[in-house]
Amino acid sequence: MTPPASRPWASRRARRLGVVALLTCAAACAPPGKGREEVRFWALGREGEVVQQLLPEFERRNPGVHVTVQQIPWTAAHEKLLTAYVGDATPDLAQIGNTWVPELEALKALQDLSPLIARSPVVRPDSYFAGVWDTGVIDGKTWGVPWYVDTRVLFYRKDILARAGVTEVPRTWAAWIEAMKRVKSSVGPDRFAILLPTDEWAQPVILAMQAGSTLLRDGGRFGAFRAPEFRHALELYISLFRDRLAPALGMNQVANVYQQFAEGYFAMYITGPWNLGEFRRRLPPNLQDVWATAPLPAERAGDWPGVSLAGGSSLVVFGASKHQDAAWKLIEFLSEPSQQGAFYALTGDLPAVRAAWNGPALAADPLVRAFFTQLEHTRPVPKIPEWEQIAWRTAEVAEQALRGRISVDEAAVTLDHEVDRMLDKRRYLLDRKRTSP
Amino acid sequence: MRSEVRAGLLFIAPALALITVFFFLPVVAGMLLSLTDFDIYAIGSLDSVRFVGLGNYATLLSNPVFWKALGNTFTYVLLGGPLSVAISLGAAMLLNSKLVRFRGLFRTAYFAPVVTTLVAVAVVWRYLYHPRVGLLNQALGALGIGPVDWLGDPRWAIPAIIVMAAWKNFGYNMIIFMAGLQTIPESLYEAARIDGAGWWQQLWRITLPMLRPTTVFVVLMTMIGYFQIFAEPYVMTGGGGPLNATLTIVMLMYKEGFRWWNMGTSAAAAFVLFVIVFAATSLQLLLQRGREE
Repeated sequence: MTPPASRPWASRRARRLGVVALLTCAAACAPPGKGREEVRFWALGREGEVVQQLLPEFERRNPGVHVTVQQIPWTAAHEKLLTAYVGDATPDLAQIGNTWVPELEALKALQDLSPLIARSPVVRPDSYFAGVWDTGVIDGKTWGVPWYVDTRVLFYRKDILARAGVTEVPRTWAAWIEAMKRVKSSVGPDRFAILLPTDEWAQPVILAMQAGSTLLRDGGRFGAFRAPEFRHALELYISLFRDRLAPALGMNQVANVYQQFAEGYFAMYITGPWNLGEFRRRLPPNLQDVWATAPLPAERAGDWPGVSLAGGSSLVVFGASKHQDAAWKLIEFLSEPSQQGAFYALTGDLPAVRAAWNGPALAADPLVRAFFTQLEHTRPVPKIPEWEQIAWRTAEVAEQALRGRISVDEAAVTLDHEVDRMLDKRRYLLDRKRTSP
Repeated sequence: MRSEVRAGLLFIAPALALITVFFFLPVVAGMLLSLTDFDIYAIGSLDSVRFVGLGNYATLLSNPVFWKALGNTFTYVLLGGPLSVAISLGAAMLLNSKLVRFRGLFRTAYFAPVVTTLVAVAVVWRYLYHPRVGLLNQALGALGIGPVDWLGDPRWAIPAIIVMAAWKNFGYNMIIFMAGLQTIPESLYEAARIDGAGWWQQLWRITLPMLRPTTVFVVLMTMIGYFQIFAEPYVMTGGGGPLNATLTIVMLMYKEGFRWWNMGTSAAAAFVLFVIVFAATSLQLLLQRGREE
């Protein structure tokens, strides 16, 4: 029973709630204006929140278009895109991880953007980092336009390297190993030169790409893990653990990577741009001057910097969309250097358009410059839907090898065998496409 | 048809319809799915689906990762099952003792892990198990025992997760055991004491026999629970590491189905697990019935 005394309060609250509901409705359920075209845009995680600050300018320039942003958490995004496609409920455009392009293309969910790009004054392939642009290109057609980019570089502790007598950041594998050995003998048995989490595929795959491995062969029909390039890279990767330069730990066992980097548990770490912000935020103030970033070493001198992953998010238009022109206008808007710069200021996501890097915030920051140099030397991972499964299996088999369970040759044979099986369906579909007219 | 029969059918029709739509049909669909190579391409165009017969099962049986997961699952059941049941029975008997004060407090405290979010619990346990700064290793270090990499060493990862899972879940079975203990008439114990029976004899001759129906229920549910264990290793070791040492059948099924979209293989793994759980449950009920007769 509600005591009578609280009744006025209850009714006042109800009235207040009603006002709130009305106000919310005025903001959210207002019809998008008479005759205004509504474009539905799915954006992921924090980007989905922040991009809304750029949109008023777009709507001012395009009075006929209203953009509705739906923010989707990264962890649910992939599944949600697939279910939306099955349920015929895809948005007009979306932000997706650029490694998802091959999968959505295989599903025939995406719109070929090549004709629009050919006429576009803003989106020009040569104003992008080549490796990253390539992630959206399949069979000569472009399905995704890079929005922001990410790649992996070397984060390192200047003080620990200096104490070990390493004066220059290594630029070749040989110099890198030499530097790690010096660091190891200077820090002792309980600390390490580098952290390479054993449950991540990026590090062994980057090394393989640097050694010249194509990972797959015959147009992604078979694995190419028995090729000498891959075995050479795996050999190096394993030797880092065998020689105790890297601890054999998975990311799950490194309870707090920032704390351990601060403690000097490891001196180098291969990771991406999201950690620029995290390191600034989480490392103690007295360490802020002693960490730095550098492009990755290359296998041979003269190749520096060695290639790294072409990661990031791309913008795609869905084939089922009825507002493709308006969606494309939004992509063009978000690709303007000024908008790319504004987006960097809001999120810290690195711009995909090279011209945006001339802005003061990016040009002056030495920690970010390493990424710029590295981004000119990136290559996409094989652009097939099965890649992620192959990548994880590569990490698992590499872990068995680095723990001494199997040899490098056995790892290569196992990988080829299993990957060939994963690609069975792909070979069947490719052959069917070739035989049927 | 006689009118009572018709009325009876009418009454059970809603329940029957629900079971058919939400249980039998999905099971049959799952079984059919396990005979195809339904995958990401099939979502795009259904005509890429091939009927592969028992091919998925053959692939599964020839996959060393599947056998690893199967072995791990049995390890969870055989190590974790008895441990969980023993702890919950022990805790229930302790709390049921007349000597215990603040019974409500302890009951709530022991039950609290059951209703705590698993992810939050996992964060704390990961710190306890941390190879360098973990409380457990510091305690062992004080005794002069070298550090153990609990979650990183393939030999220790399953026991470490089982201890955590048993701690997290024993409260639930404890409550069921306590309810069972309270149905045992006090007069039995009084008569036993007058006849000179000690604590052990009372346990063996009164408590355990009287608790048998409760125990059968608890053991069955615990066993099925461990056969289907997923969340605990998933949050403690990521995807079943190190070296797949903590991978279970359900986790393999999840990975195949919802990470790689190999629905056919995933459905096949689900069916293998179904058959195993069915067989184990039947065997246990049979043994139980045999003992009662």
